[in-house]
Amino acid sequence: MLTKRIIPCLDVDHGRVKKGVNFVNLTDVGDPTEIARAYEAQGADELVFLDITATNEKRKAIVDTIASVASQVFMPLTVGGGVNTVADMQALLKAGADKVALNSAAVANPDLIRQGAEKFGAQCIVVAIDVRYQASQDRYQVVVNGGRKPVDLDALEWAQTAVAAGAGELLVTSMDKDGTKSGFDLPLYQALTQVVDVPIVASGGCGAIADFTNLFEATQVDAGLAASVFHFGELTIPQVKATLREKGVTVR
Amino acid sequence: MIVIIDYDTGNTLNVKKALDYLNIDNQLSADPAEILAADGLILPGVGAFQKAMVALEERQLVPVLQQAAASGKPMLGICLGMQLLFETGYEFGVTPGLGLLPGVVVPIPSKPGFKVPHMGWNQNQAQQQNPFAAVFDQENTYFVHSYYVQTAAKNIVATTDYSVAIPSIVQRNNVVGMQFHPEKSGQVGLAGLSAFKEMVNDAHVPRN
Repeated sequence: MLTKRIIPCLDVDHGRVKKGVNFVNLTDVGDPTEIARAYEAQGADELVFLDITATNEKRKAIVDTIASVASQVFMPLTVGGGVNTVADMQALLKAGADKVALNSAAVANPDLIRQGAEKFGAQCIVVAIDVRYQASQDRYQVVVNGGRKPVDLDALEWAQTAVAAGAGELLVTSMDKDGTKSGFDLPLYQALTQVVDVPIVASGGCGAIADFTNLFEATQVDAGLAASVFHFGELTIPQVKATLREKGVTVR
Repeated sequence: MIVIIDYDTGNTLNVKKALDYLNIDNQLSADPAEILAADGLILPGVGAFQKAMVALEERQLVPVLQQAAASGKPMLGICLGMQLLFETGYEFGVTPGLGLLPGVVVPIPSKPGFKVPHMGWNQNQAQQQNPFAAVFDQENTYFVHSYYVQTAAKNIVATTDYSVAIPSIVQRNNVVGMQFHPEKSGQVGLAGLSAFKEMVNDAHVPRN
């Protein structure tokens, strides 16, 4: 059986990991390669790098970062944040990324998903969707520009559109839950897994080991992503996996 | 020297990075003379069967790889590169493969609870004893594929359980295939690449 994946997410700014990662034995707390190696040693199943660089040098910095990580760390790497063109995707994949995550650019131009999938294969193309619950319309609404700008798009419909266009995986972040440490948005993922059949990575809200067990017991998602709980050592991946194993969830 | 066949497919550079990390002497090449002079060959690959065979044919590499295999040179196919070792692919039509191993490449049957592509970490179960089985038995490795190989049991070194039992490692004599990505499977994957290097060291194939 495929194992459920546990994925740390690193925010990268100008080639440095933002928010110091609080592991012992790191000589440089902002070095992406060193952090990636530490997570590999912990048993992370994959790493997501989110480029938050806000300058024009953006692309070169993240491409260099990925090339460096991929020469030292031999696990699946996904890169998102400002991936806007097929050329962006190609540069990242060539540098050693295994998947690229499209977000706002795909909402603006869904054909970008198809172009990427045709050129590189659907397995390379992740569509990242930031959503929030919109009570007035009783729906999950898509939010773009790093979770700042709501658009008039139903997240479940967008998920289906993205998959039809060639998305091989969805990375879905609940903006309502993000940063709250109150657990993953289980109803969101239950709804998503009913409407699409590609792997789904759940993101937003993880604060405790039980949040991962609840996620995998209550939904059919394939992976759980978290950032601060891992970076600050509040949870370790071996702890999470040991608990999941006890609960009968298959993990690596 | 191990030559990684360079034919414009996806994961070539990641295979090279893994060999570099292991200090295994290697180079990328599509040059027939360099390929035939190599001590061992790695055929990487992601993408579609037909497109990959066309890319090999355009570089006139099909007879070169067949000659290299017939000479006893150790050859490792990875992911799509493993599938290309077989006789026939059924992806977007019927495409002849390299024919170095007997068998066919067919779609993974989709069943409820089994998404296709088969993407993620899955466990290998050894089906016979050999150095690759020793490395990978009961170990999880990283898979990304929508098609799988059907071949005689004697060619199957290990399998992984999905909607069907998927051959994850195949071997006949000097020709080996790994359906997963050893270059993306952490330390155990690197150990598998080192095992291939051992096989190359042990082969003592006379150079052309």
